[in-house]
Amino acid sequence: MKKNIPLLFAFVVGIIVLASEFIPHRPFNSITETLQNWFMIISGFAILLGQISLVRVNVSKIRNRSRDWQFYLACLISFALMVIIGLLWGKQEARGILGQGAAITANLGSKPFDYLFDNVYIHLSATMFSLLAFFIASAAYRAFIIRSFESNLLMITGVIVILGRTSMGSMLTGWLPARLHFLHLPVLTDFIMQYPNSAAQRAIMISAALGILGSSLRIILGIERSYLGSDK
Amino acid sequence: MTLTAVFGKPISHVAQHADAAETMIAFVNRICRRIGILRYKKYEVIMRICSLLAILMVLAFPLPALDAPSGTFTIEDVPWDNGMKLLLKWNLSAGFDSLQILTPDSLGVFQSIQIDNRSTGDQIMANLEPNQDYTYRLEAYNRSTGERYALQATGKPLEGWFYLGKLSYLIMLLLISGAILYYIFSARRGKELFIRRISGLDSMEEAIGRATEKGKPILFVPGISDLEDIQTIAALTILSHLAYRAAEYDTSLIVPCRFSMVLSAAREVVREAYMKAGKPDAYREDMVFYLTDDQFGFVAGIDGIMVREQPAANFFLGSFYAESLILAETGFSTGAIQTAGTAQAHQLPFFVVSCDYTLIGEELFAASAYLSKDPQQLGSLKGHDFGKLLVILLILTGIGFEIAGISWFRTFFEGVR
Repeated sequence: MKKNIPLLFAFVVGIIVLASEFIPHRPFNSITETLQNWFMIISGFAILLGQISLVRVNVSKIRNRSRDWQFYLACLISFALMVIIGLLWGKQEARGILGQGAAITANLGSKPFDYLFDNVYIHLSATMFSLLAFFIASAAYRAFIIRSFESNLLMITGVIVILGRTSMGSMLTGWLPARLHFLHLPVLTDFIMQYPNSAAQRAIMISAALGILGSSLRIILGIERSYLGSDK
Repeated sequence: MTLTAVFGKPISHVAQHADAAETMIAFVNRICRRIGILRYKKYEVIMRICSLLAILMVLAFPLPALDAPSGTFTIEDVPWDNGMKLLLKWNLSAGFDSLQILTPDSLGVFQSIQIDNRSTGDQIMANLEPNQDYTYRLEAYNRSTGERYALQATGKPLEGWFYLGKLSYLIMLLLISGAILYYIFSARRGKELFIRRISGLDSMEEAIGRATEKGKPILFVPGISDLEDIQTIAALTILSHLAYRAAEYDTSLIVPCRFSMVLSAAREVVREAYMKAGKPDAYREDMVFYLTDDQFGFVAGIDGIMVREQPAANFFLGSFYAESLILAETGFSTGAIQTAGTAQAHQLPFFVVSCDYTLIGEELFAASAYLSKDPQQLGSLKGHDFGKLLVILLILTGIGFEIAGISWFRTFFEGVR
């Protein structure tokens, strides 16, 4: 009984949503949107659960003096600071408990929440994102190591595409006669990206779609129950 | 739908009458000036009366009928759709070199929305509100003669009860679903089905074994999407099996989550897995914890966990975007055995390069069925193979039809947009 009700809900809702994809008449045409709105409402309530988890885990680390516990303390301080200044003076056009904070805004140039968001948060995010450049370089180095047929193929293709995307490719192969135009590196690069690469990606997307269909069907029919925490 | 002409007759006729009236008024004025009537103000009234009589005479005696333009302008609802389109059709006689379609704005003023030059044609108006009346006016011009002709019509887009443009999708859905159900029932009856090996999933035992031997934790990241993403659901089904094994072997498990809903679901999954393994006391709520909902903050947090906790095995399963390589490379640098899987085609190359095993495409969604060893679930995987075969056949058939110059096959599968 504990499992049957959720399974029944999953079946009924699944069938209705599936049907709504093919029935454009009311009320079917608004079912998906309604369910999404419900999900957002439920998610809003669940946010508190996330915040409690965040505080609890960090406090536990600090109390146990775990390794680098200072960072967990910094996390809590940052969390508290943003919550407090957000509640007091609001953010952007929204008012806080103490109003719009005109005086402090005049000093900082913006509200405290916005000031920290723009000058600390955004730059920290950009810093993390910029790591990609270095990680791509290290990953490419390993990927291009010649050790098998696939590696050779990958290396050759990668070199062609890399050179073809820069002016170096044009310079290296610009002397080729017209009848060998297809070997011009930019042209060859476009061919690789338009045909083999697109074909492979579409194949993956098609197989993923089939996987989604199968997985969804198993969930709707109650065959797949792992998401409920148990297979039985 | 009604068809009416503005002013009850073509505008050109009204203009002709107006021109004749103006001519008559001018004639009366000239006569009055010649006889000197205008010198006396009291005779101004007489002049006005004469002008009015002139107008009445013009209206009383109809002008000779010209070759009046004729035509039709109709509005039809596009059938079997979502009630957001109307089809405008017009058929005018020759003699016009410019047409425009107008519709009233919020103030009721007609605004031009389409210019055309075909005497006969049609046009679909899209993105409309269902079950509401829409009025359109068609105005035709002849630049050389100055003739104008206008027709107006009203129509209402109606919601259909079946989306005919998606018929091909429905057929595909029924075929593949039928195949999946067939193989499920076949497996239930005991028929043995061949399932190809998925090395990425077979390696899970190896990864858990390594973590157990080293006494280090297992890190599981269920992607960066919320619970509404099917990839997250697939990741949670894998987490169930992984947590069960981790509980059996007394191996620590770390599951950072980006969204609260995922946190809630993941906790339930892990808790149930530990109970199923007979180790309820080993379950700790802080195994599964909320990190942050910011994308790169989430990545930074996980990187920190990998560097500090040095997990022996990392699992990145679910939906990933730009952060995939940052996670995978950090895990690689710590020496962990890594398994990744996502349906995002653009991120797979990064995982392939940096991880030991990668689940590609449908393998992510097949994982739970594969790991369960349940014949009934394994049977559903055969449906995937049927779907692939069906797609291959359709692609080959489509190629053949295109080469032969036959387009109805492609049109049928493209559907109405």
